[in-house]
Amino acid sequence: MSLARTVCLLLFLCLAACGQDAPWNKTQAQGGAQFVTGSIGEPSNLIPILASDSSSSDISGLVYNGLVRYDKNLKLEGDLAESWEVSRDGLQITFHLRRGVKWHDGHDFTSRDVLYTYRVTVDPKTPTAYAEDFKQVQSAQAPDSYTFRVTYAKPFAPALASWGMPILPAHLLEGKDITKSPLSRNPVGTGPYIFKEWVPGQRVILEANPKYWEGAPRLSRYVYRIIPDNSTMYMELKAGGVDMMGLSPVQYQRQTTGKEFLARFNKYRYPASAYTYLGYNLRLPMFQDVRVRRAITCAINKEEIIQGVLLGMGQIAHGPYKPGTWAYKAKVDNDPAYDPARAKALLEEAGYRMGADGIMTRGGKPLSFTIMTNQGNDQRLKCAQIIQMRLKKVGIDVKIRVMEWASFLTNFIDKGKFEVVLMGWTISQDPDLYDVWHSSKTGPKELNFIHYLNPELDRLIVEGRGTFDMAKRRDCYYQIQEILAKDQPYTFLYVPDALPVVTSRIKGIEPAPAGIMHNFIKWYVD
Amino acid sequence: MANYLIKRILMLVPLLLGITLITFTVIHLAPGEPVEMATAMSPKASAATRARLREFYGLDKPLHVQYGMWLSNLSRLDFGRSFAPDNRPVLDKIKERIPITISLNVIALILEFGLALPIGIMAAVHRDTLLDRAISVFVFVGFAVPTFWLALLCMYLFGVKLGWLPISGIHSLGSDQWSFFWRSADLARHLVLPISIATFGSLAGLSRYMRSTMIEVLSQDYITTARAKGVRERVIIYRHALKNALLPVITLLGFSLPALIGGSVIFETIFSIPGMGQLFYQGVMARDYPLVMGILVIGACLTLIGNLLADLCYAVADPRIRHGRG
Repeated sequence: MSLARTVCLLLFLCLAACGQDAPWNKTQAQGGAQFVTGSIGEPSNLIPILASDSSSSDISGLVYNGLVRYDKNLKLEGDLAESWEVSRDGLQITFHLRRGVKWHDGHDFTSRDVLYTYRVTVDPKTPTAYAEDFKQVQSAQAPDSYTFRVTYAKPFAPALASWGMPILPAHLLEGKDITKSPLSRNPVGTGPYIFKEWVPGQRVILEANPKYWEGAPRLSRYVYRIIPDNSTMYMELKAGGVDMMGLSPVQYQRQTTGKEFLARFNKYRYPASAYTYLGYNLRLPMFQDVRVRRAITCAINKEEIIQGVLLGMGQIAHGPYKPGTWAYKAKVDNDPAYDPARAKALLEEAGYRMGADGIMTRGGKPLSFTIMTNQGNDQRLKCAQIIQMRLKKVGIDVKIRVMEWASFLTNFIDKGKFEVVLMGWTISQDPDLYDVWHSSKTGPKELNFIHYLNPELDRLIVEGRGTFDMAKRRDCYYQIQEILAKDQPYTFLYVPDALPVVTSRIKGIEPAPAGIMHNFIKWYVD
Repeated sequence: MANYLIKRILMLVPLLLGITLITFTVIHLAPGEPVEMATAMSPKASAATRARLREFYGLDKPLHVQYGMWLSNLSRLDFGRSFAPDNRPVLDKIKERIPITISLNVIALILEFGLALPIGIMAAVHRDTLLDRAISVFVFVGFAVPTFWLALLCMYLFGVKLGWLPISGIHSLGSDQWSFFWRSADLARHLVLPISIATFGSLAGLSRYMRSTMIEVLSQDYITTARAKGVRERVIIYRHALKNALLPVITLLGFSLPALIGGSVIFETIFSIPGMGQLFYQGVMARDYPLVMGILVIGACLTLIGNLLADLCYAVADPRIRHGRG
């Protein structure tokens, strides 16, 4: 009986679905200037200083503005600041703010908002992860409503970019507990899109700001759909449920190639701001010999990893910068190329001899170590397996251990209890390397966890962040890349490609070094 | 009976306390802390930032103090605020996800019992025939096929190729402006795939259980007696045998109560259903202690109540138990 009832129900639903006047058929046909994008994660908090996940910043990026921003060529340009000056000694930055900018609730934007944003970020009571850059500030003043001045104790080049931090509305937050503010789920900004609605676990909806100072965005509605599974998102894309998503290499290469697909969608491809590396624990005698580290790099075929793991959707990394950016040195002289014979020679030079079992040994100890990586990243695991196979060929025995992220960090990385790790970093827009590479950052929970100490590198890092002269900075970073290539404290493996796909209904997309989202407010529908 | 009931209810209190103590300890034994999860590998977070965050969440206090504070808040039905960046009350986060999870689970449960019991009876009555084997194959296919795979195939067929059903989520965009009828129809359309697949996957357990208890009952002497008296087979099966065969099923129903607020992570992820499974998984991964504890406490309460209800129903249904305990 119940079976029959279910069948009836199903039949009814199918009929309803086919009915022409069902509202869902209409919306699909309309589409209009609504833009739907898919995201794996849900935003956590729309007050930008309280969140550090990418979903929150996707939304915040459209609702708020900073004083400065990166343009399509990754150069800093004015956003809420119309212009700025750096004093000759590099200690003072004066921002001249844009006039006539209004918050979404109609209030005027002034220097008071900037001052408030700075103060609340450095306030010890605010649980934010972004206070560090602002803590370098010695004093901040707002001489008038449209001028904002900060003074630093010493010249600090990344300072300028740190003012890209979204500015918060002082009139809604001042004197209140920011952690309990309704703005975290109902933000009010100055940006091109106005927050409309957040349905938890399902979607966030923004609407175009008709009074935006750069002109109203042409796509009138922005829908951020939360679809936690990549395969489901791909189905939604094909069924017209989302207009844009990031593809995996397999999807890009194998599942989105047909004529029909390419007529309905445009695919884009450019280097992502991230790299994957193999990091050696330099506290261990085994890795203190640079010849061993260079031998390992020589034994690894990076091109093969890119083909095998990314299906070619990436490029070889030589250092910590993204290809094509101003600090990136295209040809690094010291970089060891793939050469297994050279790898063997280097190991022999370091005193290792090939044993009967095909493993290099020195003083009776085999050259053997474990590569650790975190769970849930299939690319890293595959990468480790390819490396294992390559190193075996030159007589290095590799074991692989995969661990849950939290215990990986707490029990192994923080305690320095690892031999080799396979991990990744995102590449920040500013090329300063202080946090990851400076020898003062080797303490517990700090990021130079491989314990790389090089006074020459320290000096160049400090020099590079201590000047606003781009030519001088570039020179420092070029030298740093040579040193890292020579020393191989990491074997830099690859920079993957970002692979977004957008429905061809959307026009006006201009791929640039910054990706495709830089001119989002100019995208339109025919 | 009343005495028994009071005793059972009083027993629940220490049991619940014990459960919370153990879960609280176990969660804190897991490596990593909420602050760690939020700031790990971030160049922008210094030691001072971490200390500040730890203090903000009260993680700098000794564990027993943290437990004491949590317990005293709980006694006022305050589950605390989530350690996720949104810092919202745990109860709010659970409240916005519980309706969809419960509705899904209730519908799936009704379908499951509605389909599995007849299937099990049918298999038992036609034991060792082709029909019995076909049923076995059918339910075990449902049991063995990975849900996510079947889900993706169905999404592709019904969502992409045929375009009959929506692929994921629970509402269409813009459905909030439709009339109540269309909104309900829209919701129903979204639930067809998840519920069918969930039900298909869960038929095996219950139908096999029903089959074996039914076979056992059918082989008993009083059934033989009934047959000897010339009672019709239909009456034997549905009047005499079924009543007794259903008794153990009551226990199963009681066990299903806590499962009503639990959701499968894989399932919810595939269909983008914002349910409890995802919430709990994210909570565990982020070491969001108050959220995890909140969900576990509610789950523990429901488990205990479910067991109690099952026992009571059993007593009501089975005079032997009722009289035995007087």
